[in-house]
Amino acid sequence: MAITVVRAGMLTTVQDLGRWGHQHLGVPVAGPMDWYAHRLANRLVGNPDDAAALEVTLIGPELATDAHVVCATAGAEFELTAGGRSIVPGEAFELRAGERLRFGPCRAGCRATLAVAGGLAVPPVLGSRATSLISRLGPFGGRALQAGDSLPVGTGPRRPPATGAVRLAPPAGGARLRVVPGPHEDRFAAGTVEDLPARRYVVTPESNRMGYRLEGPPIVHSGSADMLSDATPVGSIQVPASGLPILLMADRQTTGGYPRIATVITADLPVAGQLAPGDWIEFVPCTRRQAVEALRERVAALQGLRP
Amino acid sequence: MLPFRIRAAGDAALVLELPAVVDEATSARLIAIADAVRSRYGAILRDAVVGYHTLTVYFDPLAVDGAWMAGELEALAASDTASAPPSGGSVDIPVCYGGEFGPDLPDVAAAAGCSPDDVVELHTSRPYRVFVIGFVPGFAYMGPVDERLALPRRSSPRTRVPPGSVAIAAGQTGIYPMETPGGWHILGRTPLRPFDETRAQPVLFRVGDRVRFHAISAAEYARTATW
Repeated sequence: MAITVVRAGMLTTVQDLGRWGHQHLGVPVAGPMDWYAHRLANRLVGNPDDAAALEVTLIGPELATDAHVVCATAGAEFELTAGGRSIVPGEAFELRAGERLRFGPCRAGCRATLAVAGGLAVPPVLGSRATSLISRLGPFGGRALQAGDSLPVGTGPRRPPATGAVRLAPPAGGARLRVVPGPHEDRFAAGTVEDLPARRYVVTPESNRMGYRLEGPPIVHSGSADMLSDATPVGSIQVPASGLPILLMADRQTTGGYPRIATVITADLPVAGQLAPGDWIEFVPCTRRQAVEALRERVAALQGLRP
Repeated sequence: MLPFRIRAAGDAALVLELPAVVDEATSARLIAIADAVRSRYGAILRDAVVGYHTLTVYFDPLAVDGAWMAGELEALAASDTASAPPSGGSVDIPVCYGGEFGPDLPDVAAAAGCSPDDVVELHTSRPYRVFVIGFVPGFAYMGPVDERLALPRRSSPRTRVPPGSVAIAAGQTGIYPMETPGGWHILGRTPLRPFDETRAQPVLFRVGDRVRFHAISAAEYARTATW
């Protein structure tokens, strides 16, 4: 039982929830840009959250199957047909043997997760099926999918498909992202973090799964822009000497040497992951407690419970 | 006890920060604390990463209370229980210096005012400590390099550095585990693979290891190359 890539689309990769536990060896975590979409798509087909699925970017693929499979998408909204039938996003659908799944235009957001019941059974590398493009690690040697690639469908553990899970509407044109100040807010002039919401940034075309280079008002360091390297969590807003921030995303390197003024909260990473070049971002400071509360609400929405 | 502070890096990571210096005492202290953190909290942490003067721990903020974890880190950093100096391993790295494998050897020699053989002698004369592993899988930042070889990074980085390249910059030395862009001065190439995800130990080094380089001939390189 396998899915074959007929057209790969712009950037289609296999992802699970990430290659954790190896960052001390310099191995990036990778994983989905939108963890909410990844979990939701898997839940819709009855997979565990960490099952391997496809992350599709802006121009989606065309896929064929040699067996009857159950699929679902979440995240960005694409026009989608399965065997010619129009698919409603956010609901599980069937693709029969010999039929094709075609991604049409992307109407909202930037990245969709396509989950297949049973999960994609590509061989794990260091315990994970996530694709790290920067370190060329993971399925298919850590590269994006190409036409002709064959993705075995697994018979992984199942659970009842989710019913009441809430979909996150992809951001339209831009988003306000909540951030916890630091860890290096004291390397910038006093008041800089508080002033962030007044500065609007735009995602530039020099952005990818590793990070978003942003354009907008430069952020001024109070001292040197060079630091001794340390670990760089996902969501870090690092500020090199140019003052133009870089938002570190799923496929970030494990370490870096630039001061990081603030960190996007886990709850808002799925929103960040749906942004495309040209979209705007405003960063809004919050406390760690508020960040955890926001994450609790997100997970409750995923579980189909109203917070 | 070294002075320390604990910083939040978002809602899913905490940073224990010691004074910002590159030295063996700071590195050894961080490794000791990291070992204690792994043995006590390994089951609830996603990762623990040592930097030059920091230890960053990653966790699921819905499973682990950040304030509690900060308190635990603080107690470890303030106590002596984690101060036993861990003994790092020893790693020996063969290098074929110069020629096509070490295109920057002549420039480094010129900058240092010595011969290429002297550069090899200086590079192989002492063990280096692995301070940080990062940049790409298996890249170890090692030092300190002899001051006579302490050149800044190249003014224009190469777009492609071949894997196995042994290089120096800014008082540090390292080996490129895969083809990447790079701004360090390339002295030679090792036949060994610093990173191989199919090995039981994917990375040749751990933070705190002592690494020594020794020169091999082009013939020996060709015989032992794993690339």
